[in-house]
Parts: sequence; C-alpha cells; structure tokens
Amino acid sequence: MNLRRLLAMAFKETLQIWRDPRSLAIALLMPAMQMGLLGYGVSLDIKRVPLCVNDQENSQLSRTLVQKFVASDWFRIAETLPDERAVRGAMDRGACAGALTIPVNFSRTLTTTGTASVQVVFDATDANTTDIAIGYAQGAVALANQDVASQWLSGHGATAVLTGTVDLEPRVWFNEGLDSRNFIIPGVVAIILGLVGAQLTSLTVSREWERGTMEQLISTPVAALEVMLGKLIPYFLIGLFDAAFCLCTAAFWFQVPFRGGIGTLVLTTALFTLVVLGIGYLVSVRIRSQLGASQIALMLTMLPITLLSGYTFPLDQMPGPIRAVSLVVYARYYVSILRSVFLKGSGVGQLALPILALVLYAGAIIWIAARAFRKRLD
Amino acid sequence: MTGATQAVIAEGLTKRFGTFVAVDRLSLAIAKGEIVGFIGPNGAGKSTTIRMLCGLLRPSAGRAVVAGFDVARAAESVRAHIGYMSQKFSLYGDLTVRENLRFFGGLYRVPRRAIEDRMRIAIGMAGLEGRENALVSTLAGGWKQRLALGCAILHQPPVLFLDEPTSGVEPQARRHFWDLIHRLAGDGVTILVSTHYMDEAEYCNRIALINAGRLVAIGSPGELRRHELGGTLYELASPALGAAVAALQSEPAVIEAAIFGDKLHVLMRDTIASPQALLAKHAITAGEPRVITPTLEDVFVQLVSRPVQQAAP
Repeated sequence: MNLRRLLAMAFKETLQIWRDPRSLAIALLMPAMQMGLLGYGVSLDIKRVPLCVNDQENSQLSRTLVQKFVASDWFRIAETLPDERAVRGAMDRGACAGALTIPVNFSRTLTTTGTASVQVVFDATDANTTDIAIGYAQGAVALANQDVASQWLSGHGATAVLTGTVDLEPRVWFNEGLDSRNFIIPGVVAIILGLVGAQLTSLTVSREWERGTMEQLISTPVAALEVMLGKLIPYFLIGLFDAAFCLCTAAFWFQVPFRGGIGTLVLTTALFTLVVLGIGYLVSVRIRSQLGASQIALMLTMLPITLLSGYTFPLDQMPGPIRAVSLVVYARYYVSILRSVFLKGSGVGQLALPILALVLYAGAIIWIAARAFRKRLD
Repeated sequence: MTGATQAVIAEGLTKRFGTFVAVDRLSLAIAKGEIVGFIGPNGAGKSTTIRMLCGLLRPSAGRAVVAGFDVARAAESVRAHIGYMSQKFSLYGDLTVRENLRFFGGLYRVPRRAIEDRMRIAIGMAGLEGRENALVSTLAGGWKQRLALGCAILHQPPVLFLDEPTSGVEPQARRHFWDLIHRLAGDGVTILVSTHYMDEAEYCNRIALINAGRLVAIGSPGELRRHELGGTLYELASPALGAAVAALQSEPAVIEAAIFGDKLHVLMRDTIASPQALLAKHAITAGEPRVITPTLEDVFVQLVSRPVQQAAP
C-alpha cells in the first residue's frame, strides 16, 4: 500500500467522474429525482375514499349520519344517487369505492326501537383499502351513535345513566400522526443510496476493461488494494454527499421528525455507503462489460432493498424462509436504523446489533472485493 | 549466458488456453540494450508471449526472467522494471496529455522532484508541446502512440515491451516512432517490439520469427537472409507467371516458388538445376535466372510455409 499510488488512482478517478456526464447524472440527478418520485408517490395512507350516498330518507338524522362520514376527511361524497340501481351503476363505473344506503324508515325505526341499520357496500378489488375503509365507516357510525344516544336519552326525559363502560384511549408513540410518510421516507433514503452507490461503482472497473485501459493499468506496479481504495474514495465522498442531500430532504422538506444524533446518522450512513459501493465494485471486478455490470448491480440492490428491507412490506409478516433470506439483505439494517434514529431518537447503544451487522457486512464485502481483483488477463 | 548481461530470458515458455497452444516452448535471450523484433502472422503468439513476459499472463509451462526477476514468482518486481505498450491504445482518452503522464508517473512512483522534468521530456519526445492540456481522445494516432511510449518510459525502465506500437499509424509517424526507439536503445534500454510490417524488421538488431506459437528463427536481418532459406534464390521473368509457379512447385529440386511483383522468385535446393531449364520441360518460356539476396519477406514466407514439425530450430 503506497500513498502516492493511492492518491494518483483517486485523483484520476475523480477527473474521470467529473468529465463523464453519465456518472455525474447518476451521482447528482438520480437522488433528487428519486427522492421526489418516491417521497411523493409512495404513501400508504388512505384518505378521502370516494363514497356514493343513496339517502332514501333525507331527514335531519340521515343527513347528520352522512356528515359524520365526510367530517373527518376519511370519505368524500363522490355522487348522491336516487336508488339502488344507480348505486350499482356507479360501483360498476368505478365512480366510487363504496356506497352508503340509508333506508326510508331510518329515523322512525331509530327513534322507536333505538336501533336502525344502514348499509355500506365496498368495492373489494383493492382489499387493503377496503379493509381500512370499513374501519373508517365503523368509526363514523360510532361517532353518530354517541350523538344519537344522548339525544334519544334526553328526548325520553332520562339523563345518561352511568353504566360500566371501558373506554380505550389509544396513544401511538414515535409517529404520533400515524403518517405513513414518516415510516417510508427513511426507507426511501436507503433505496436511493443503495441504487446510486452500486450503480456508480459497478461501472468503474468494467469501463477500464471495455476501453482497454485495464491492460495498461495492470502492467504497472499498482497494487490491487490501491486500485480498489483509489476508485472507492471519490465515490465514497459522492455517496456521503448524496446521503446528506437525501437525509436533509427527508428532515426539512418532507418534515420527517428527526430526534436522534447526527453522529449516529453519519456513522451508520458511512457504513451503509461502504457496503453498497463495495457490492458495486465487486460486481464490476467480476463482470467485464459495463452493461452487464450495471444490470447485475441493479439486481443485487433494487430487488432486495425494495422487497426485503422492510421499507414498505413488514418483515415480521413474511413467511419464515423469506424472513431468513432478508437477514442477508444489508439494507434492512440501515432502514431500521434510520427509522429508529429519525423517529425514536435511538443512539449507537440501542442500535448495537444492526450496526454490528453493517460493520460485518462492510468488512466482508471490502475484503472479498479486494481479493477479487486480479492483476492478470487470464 | 548469465542474468547479468541478459535483460530477458525465456526458457520453454508455453501458454495453453484450454487445448489451444498459443505459445509452444519458446526460448530466447535478449541482451541488454538490444532491439529485438517479434515478427509473425496474426495469432502467431506474439502478444501472448509479450504478455507473459510482462507478468500479465501466467505461463502454463517454462519460465522467464525479465530484468532479473522471475515473471511468475516476482511479477510485481517485473512490472516495476518494465515499460509496456499494449497492442490496443490504452491511455485514458478522457484525461489530458499531462494528466495521463502524471497518473502513470504516480503509479510508477517517479520521484516528485523529477516528475516535471520527465514529463517535459516525454511531451517533447511525443512532439506534443502546446497540446499538453488537450484531451488524449482528440489526438491523432501517431501522437497517441508516442504519448503511450512516453507514459511507458516515465520511470526509466531498463526493459520495454512494445506490442505492435505502430499498427494503424501513418508511415511518416512510424518512421518517427522508430527513431525514438533507437534513441532509447542508445541509452541502454532493452526493447522487444512486435510488428507485422516487414520493413520495420530491418530496424531491429535481431529478429525473432514466430509462427503457430513457435520461435521459427532468430538472428540479425543479415543472418536470416543468408542462412535461413536453405537454398539459393533465383529471380526470373516469365510471360506465364501463374502456370510457371504451378509447374515449379511440382519439381523436387524446387523448395518454393512464388510470384514476386512481375517476376518469379524460385528457391532451389542446389545450384545444379536451373529454373529456366525446369520450366522448359513444361514448355514454359522464361528469362535468364539471376541469383538474388532474399528479402526478409522471402525468408518469412519460406519459414512460415514449412511444415511445423521441421520448423523448430
């Protein structure tokens, strides 16, 4: 290991990145684009579900009930329809995801017997949304019930009687608004770093093979380790820059609450960057065409990170074998670290295990990559 | 022969790729300060041999010592003591002339106080004064080749391997390049250079002819011309060149007959029979034969056309 040669490598690589529009675009434009696309495009929150209303009674009471559905932004009234046939038509057209039908004798039944039924129908082609919408509908009806109950009691000259009711007061910690964006954005940062990092380095060695410069390079006394580190240093700095950009966008633009320490963030981000750069470099050493290397790097980063990092699909809900596979997906550790640092304010102590996993991963990848590069043509 | 006077020694050097033998038990020794030309058809094993001598390919058998270091066991030491120009141009096109020189100067650890001087010399040698900051991809072929040579000698290596350095370069630039090679050899640098231009072979101290992975002959251009044909070369004119060649090739006294320009070159086993008399037997008229000094091309064609089992020296 010689500092002079290492610096010569790093400087040359920096010049080449600087003069290559494609590398620059991947390094600087891709993170911004993806942050925008994924940050805005991906949301698991279901709000303002379009609802058709068939209010056959149109009384004060029925209108109050409809009001409860729309009051909380859960639903919006897509159409007001006259009869069952129109409801059916609207559902078929996809004009609404659900329909609320209030029968003609709704108020009378309610005031005489104390209970009355309304019907909601949902289009369950999107099972997940339907499930959540049914919950919203139950919530809306429960709200209406409280009003109706107190009115009914007072209307019958009675005051509310204390009965043994248990109230559940739910509190959610760390993501108080249950805003799915707070949960997803840290994962998005990991995806972007993984993609960009591996893409950048996947080209760096294969490009030298393709252009024929490798033969000259390996005829010099430069050591394999100097080649690797010299090539990784500029990309590492770019990776950290991209990470800073993405994390700042998450915290300041998307307003994901940041409660942890900067030190923890920098340490873990540097480790993760090393892992993805190492993977890209390793691919580049093994695959001598730029196109092939770029494809393989994409496969090794994009698929596991989006599917098995827990970024949107919860890992603990997956079948055992797939959960086991996810243990080798380096991104899951970084995603969970980012979430904890952002939302819980966790420090290095609490995150010892995932940090250790990243350290081991980074060490192993760099070690393998350093040995994979052979200064021979055969 | 000792390592002290020999810059390059190869003994039984062999390279197999699967079942294909690219280089077959090649042995040669190159003295310090010598220019040796590697001549042979494409695929003869010239590049493979040079790559083994540079430590870029591992020999399948045999051994080689370059600048005093074994290429298989001390490849890094070999690399520090050689300059290499690969067949394909392989400097960085997206770097400038100076940036390329500085990069290779750094890799070879040229002393910092010497680097500016050496770079200036290399730029002067390549005739690139005033274009120091041009991107290398914008340079014409001849300049690129001379710059590549400049990069390969920045660390003043005692041994230079040049793999077809002049292929695709215009004649005037080729001539200029060979002047540079002779200047380096004058400074004591040992140079092994491969080429497929016959005229360039004449610039070498010795020529190694390679065919089908084997060293067919080695010697100075003069020696090769005198000894390697194994017969006497005649030149004669004939109005029916094609028929004459066919007729002569069927004669046991003729080693080889070929059309050479508008004349026939006939290599006879001895001086007893005359090619003119032989042609007369076939009712082909021919002019008076004249004994001529063979060109290197004659030697090359003759050696390459010999059956391989007779070829090894």
